[in-house]
Amino acid sequence: MAGKTLYDKLWNDHLVKQRDDGSALIYIDRQLLHEVTSPQAFEGLRIAGRKPWRLDANLATPDHNVPTTDRARGIDGIVDPVSRIQVETLDRNCDEFGILEFKILDQRQGIVHVIGPEQGATLPGMSIVCGDSHTSTHGAFGCLAHGIGTSEVEHVLATQCLVQQKMKNMLVKVSGKLGAGVTGKDVVLAIIGKIGTAGGTGYAIEFGGEAIQGLSMEGRMTICNMSIEAGARVGMVAVDDTTIAYVRDRPFSPTGEAWDAAVDYWRTLHSDDDAAFDKVVELNGADIQPQVSWGTSPEMVAGIDGHVPDPAKETDPIKREGIVRALKYMGLAPNQAITDIKLDRVFIGSCTNSRIEDLREAAAVVKGRKVSPSLKQAMVVPGSGLVKAQAEQEGLDRIFIEAGLEWRDPGCSMCLAMNADKLGQGEHCASTSNRNFEGRQGFGGRTHLVSPAMAAAAAVSGHFVDVRELTH
Amino acid sequence: MRAFTQHRGLVAPMDRSNVDTDMIIPKQFLKSIKRTGFGPNLFDELRYLDEGKPDQDCSQRPVNPDFVLNQDRYKNASVLLARSNFGCGSSREHAPWALDDYGFRVIIAPSFADIFYNNCFKNGLLPIVLDVKVVDQLFREAEVEEGYQLAVDLEAKTVTTPSGESFGFDVDDFRRHCLLNGLDDIGVTLEDADLIKSYEDSRRKTAPWLFGAGH
Ligand code: SF4
Repeated sequence: MAGKTLYDKLWNDHLVKQRDDGSALIYIDRQLLHEVTSPQAFEGLRIAGRKPWRLDANLATPDHNVPTTDRARGIDGIVDPVSRIQVETLDRNCDEFGILEFKILDQRQGIVHVIGPEQGATLPGMSIVCGDSHTSTHGAFGCLAHGIGTSEVEHVLATQCLVQQKMKNMLVKVSGKLGAGVTGKDVVLAIIGKIGTAGGTGYAIEFGGEAIQGLSMEGRMTICNMSIEAGARVGMVAVDDTTIAYVRDRPFSPTGEAWDAAVDYWRTLHSDDDAAFDKVVELNGADIQPQVSWGTSPEMVAGIDGHVPDPAKETDPIKREGIVRALKYMGLAPNQAITDIKLDRVFIGSCTNSRIEDLREAAAVVKGRKVSPSLKQAMVVPGSGLVKAQAEQEGLDRIFIEAGLEWRDPGCSMCLAMNADKLGQGEHCASTSNRNFEGRQGFGGRTHLVSPAMAAAAAVSGHFVDVRELTH
Repeated sequence: MRAFTQHRGLVAPMDRSNVDTDMIIPKQFLKSIKRTGFGPNLFDELRYLDEGKPDQDCSQRPVNPDFVLNQDRYKNASVLLARSNFGCGSSREHAPWALDDYGFRVIIAPSFADIFYNNCFKNGLLPIVLDVKVVDQLFREAEVEEGYQLAVDLEAKTVTTPSGESFGFDVDDFRRHCLLNGLDDIGVTLEDADLIKSYEDSRRKTAPWLFGAGH
């Protein structure tokens, strides 16, 4: 019999009931909640007269709607009344039901997918859900992490279980070593470019291979974060020393004997050597260049030395139509060099790239340089209050400010522009976020997805450049 | 939840692949704390020429005459015919809420994004996967024939065209059962409360660090 994949193991460990019809009840160890996808779930509980099944499994924070300036004013600082109501509603629901929440003025507040790992609320082997598709981020810890909809948020609150069907197993293996200046973000964009935005639909993806093993937890989180952009709800990396070192001594992490027992278990969280995958995709790490998305779907990417495609050369009519539409929206010409794309704004932040290592990488590039005068704005939005504090301790804030970047308070910010931070119509933005859909960062806005280092290089140049040419 | 057994309705063909949830319902409308009222803002950026704001009277806004749902012949459509990877992007359930609020009951496409597909069933909306060639054929027929309707039978798992041609589709038994009977998922799961408790008890012994941490 073939061995088990990491996904198989996590699935088996959380299986409460396998139903005859192929669906299963999966136990959920942790639910993260935020203000956008939870109000209707709490309302549903109230209407049905139900109570949360297990309070200590839940952790909440507002992130999508919070302003990234003038935070000392707390909720009163939220100018948009509708946004304010949503944040107030989360506070009220958490207070009423007794759920732990890091409120807007709490230093531990931040983007859900940043604070979970930061607190040790994300631990290897857990099953984790959140009403947010980027919950796949937590898979970097060898977790079974699913993004879910609001009805499922309510379902997990009420039953501590999720109804799931087992997915198929996919291995994405990135062999060899990454070149200098090539980051987790470039790896995941290259993967999506290769398999497409529906390539992972129906699969749980495990990312493995030497290049992945060589990444820090931040890099692995960036990769798992964007599994959903490859169509997969679940992305994972096996547990190793890097994982265990990261979770040690976090506020929610076990200590003493419980820690030792936990580590023994965590060490089993990898695919067996003889495990069978339904699909295997291989990339050579050394071939991956810094990536830039040119279109309106995350699969529309090119290396920094590449060009915008020419629709005339595309033979598939549906794809051709997609390219034509994307180029029109993005205001780009066929065959244009990626380095010729001029920028209006730069955004460094989001649950994909707002952790301390991301900020360090960006700071290293802008240090001693100035933001190009052709830009309207360049901003850095740390992922949490604690990331912000650490960055300030390391002096990164000074580096950014001296270079002319804005240093903001934590939240989702311009990743989806639900708060005041957004693009104007037709503006091009180098963004470290995860989605370049039409209108994502503001009505008519044009998003280019890149790594923090590439965003920083673009900020000081006014257009895309190969960050490797800017080494100090 | 509202049950779904059979439905016959006018078909609107939306000829575009990778329709994402930002397109289905843009973020500014996610600030609502309700489940209803999203219909007027369904496909907001495609449907109107100006930038939509929450709580606005949409009947006064300039519409994009080229967008399929703005054409008279597709008024009151309840079956959306779509292309591959429909509903990709975020997990927002506001997307099916908006489709439902607008009046759609069925969405037919060659493929759907996972989370969106799942969210539909929780809201009495039926997503149907048909072979890409069949979808092509339905697109052709719907565009040629004004008033083109499809009949969907969830019990029999069929989609039938006006000429009587029938196509079978697959749907998993649990989802079908819940949808046919309008069952509340939570109620169904709570029937297994004892099983959940005993799983939890054994887990507390084998992995105690998962309980009560940090509280
Ligand atoms: S940072 Fe962006 S992608 Fe991440 S949770 Fe916030 S809005 Fe979603």
